[in-house]
Amino acid sequence: MTSRPAFKPLFIYSEQLLNYFFHDEHPFNQKRIALTKQLLECCGYLAQDQVVAPRLATDDELMLVHDQDYIKAVKQASLISDQTSLGQEHPEFHPFGLGTEDNPLFPDMHQQAALAVGGTLLGAELIVQGQTTRVLNLAGGLHHAQRGKASGFCIYNDCAVAIEYVRRKYGMKVLYIDTDAHHGDGVQWIFYHDPEVFTFSIHETGRYLYPGTGHVNEKGIGEGYGYCLNLPVDAFTQDKSWLACFESGLEAVLQFFKPDMIISQHGCDAHFYDPLTHLAGSMAIYARMPEVIKQAAETYTGGKWLAVGGGGYDIYRVVPRAWGLLWMVMNDVPIKQGPLPESWLDDVLPLAGGGLPHLWLDKDDILPVIPRQREIEEKNRLMLNQALSYLRQQVGSG
Amino acid sequence: MQIEEVMKRKVITVSPDTTIGEARRLCQEHRIRHLPVVEGERLAGIISDRDLRDALPSVIQKEIEADEIYELPVSSFMKKDVITIHPLDCIDDAALTLYTAKIGCLPVVSQGKLVGIVTESDILHSLVELMGVDQPSSYLKIEVDDTTGRLADVAQIIKGCHVNVSNVYVYPSKKKGKKNLIFRVQTIDPRPIIERIEQHGFRVIWPEKLDFKHRTAHDRTEEKEQNDDEPSSL
Repeated sequence: MTSRPAFKPLFIYSEQLLNYFFHDEHPFNQKRIALTKQLLECCGYLAQDQVVAPRLATDDELMLVHDQDYIKAVKQASLISDQTSLGQEHPEFHPFGLGTEDNPLFPDMHQQAALAVGGTLLGAELIVQGQTTRVLNLAGGLHHAQRGKASGFCIYNDCAVAIEYVRRKYGMKVLYIDTDAHHGDGVQWIFYHDPEVFTFSIHETGRYLYPGTGHVNEKGIGEGYGYCLNLPVDAFTQDKSWLACFESGLEAVLQFFKPDMIISQHGCDAHFYDPLTHLAGSMAIYARMPEVIKQAAETYTGGKWLAVGGGGYDIYRVVPRAWGLLWMVMNDVPIKQGPLPESWLDDVLPLAGGGLPHLWLDKDDILPVIPRQREIEEKNRLMLNQALSYLRQQVGSG
Repeated sequence: MQIEEVMKRKVITVSPDTTIGEARRLCQEHRIRHLPVVEGERLAGIISDRDLRDALPSVIQKEIEADEIYELPVSSFMKKDVITIHPLDCIDDAALTLYTAKIGCLPVVSQGKLVGIVTESDILHSLVELMGVDQPSSYLKIEVDDTTGRLADVAQIIKGCHVNVSNVYVYPSKKKGKKNLIFRVQTIDPRPIIERIEQHGFRVIWPEKLDFKHRTAHDRTEEKEQNDDEPSSL
């Protein structure tokens, strides 16, 4: 049993966060945050006094992890706000990962990206100042952004900025947990040398999927060796194997690292409906993983848990349910197993352009049939043992 | 990629009269497996750590015998028929030679002089870079007819999608008359590329498509509302 948090969990939100918007055809669409909020409000799970507006991150805060030249380039790119000009090629920004198919320019890009970072930073501040123990910023989780380059729809790396802020200002040891189907490469590389930050990422193997990294052998470097754990599961992995890997991995990390605070990224693109990945998870993993993380926070960090969003590209069928479950767990509300509220379905169905699941969790009979599931599970078990060998030795010898 | 781009130019060498003991010490100190033997700048032979191990007595033999062997010159054990490579050869040639001759390294010789060395691990390192796995990218595998111009056709389609290709390679399919093209494309969302490639009649082998059982009672659709009796369980 976990104890109730001392204060109500807080939910970072303002409509401005939806302006982190590349264009209509782009797969990264923050409308999913509004859909989630609406779903939670329909259920009565989100009280007005839990909602906190984000603030802008300052340049100094962005520079906790980002290069000055890069921030300057993002600002310059933001000046191109004319729609005609936006559609044109801007190769001068390509070295910064901007103006590409993945990260096209959009109006006020710097401001919008700095707001997403500010939301996560504010969440970290509220927790370390003791105003609450749990905060959710669904506009965050932009884990691919690198020090000097945008990548994979991520302009600034809010997770890394918040981690560095907490680490520098409060000297806390931070455990970063990344459950996005894509490897959390940006956060990993930024803290690859740092033994005060543990980065733990479970994801689809990079053999085929972007960004291609996150191999078990990536364990950190120099003093940071051993403070990075990757669990690259095979394509078409289903719930049982995913959760077995996640829970065993996290348990080993906790025993070894004993964090002061947990920052978790909740990309929900490991679901079988997700169009960008090849995993076959169901809503069950999005009900279970937050429970495991919450328990970890209660046991190790005095409950200090900052959660952020991330990937998730089926914005109607998957994301609102997955993030809704996360918020329920954060609020100690028992996982809802029944139907979604009719009023929400009525509103969203015309937008969804097809069918919508009408239950919170996926029924077994709609899960995809994966012919080689046993082999995939076996392969994942072997990968897990290989990934954990070093940590187990450390804990054993300690 | 040419050999001169990947070869090591600082080569640890020995002369024919260097002793076995000294050669062994050099291998251990520099953590290398091969020592070219040179007379002046001319390559006279090569000796590997395996040749040295074969030459030395077992550790359980008497020390006195071992000491004598340590003092012998490498010329008595070195291989003289050395396979070499030229700086302007390609790493493909080096890989094929290492593979077919079952050897671990190739001294690089130009105008009769030893100018470098290339080893199995140098080739492997280059191949990793050639495969493009050190750049954020997505993987595409496309089956095409083994006829002229198919690679160019697919590359043209990707160009039309304005996405950078970080790597491409081609290998034979198990199907007769087919080849597989592997592209690493610098995007997190390869769907538009896949769609266009398929529209042009090519077969995308990876990503594989999942076989869903869509539209069951699980879904509510605009056309027809269906109800489920019981909530599902975890």
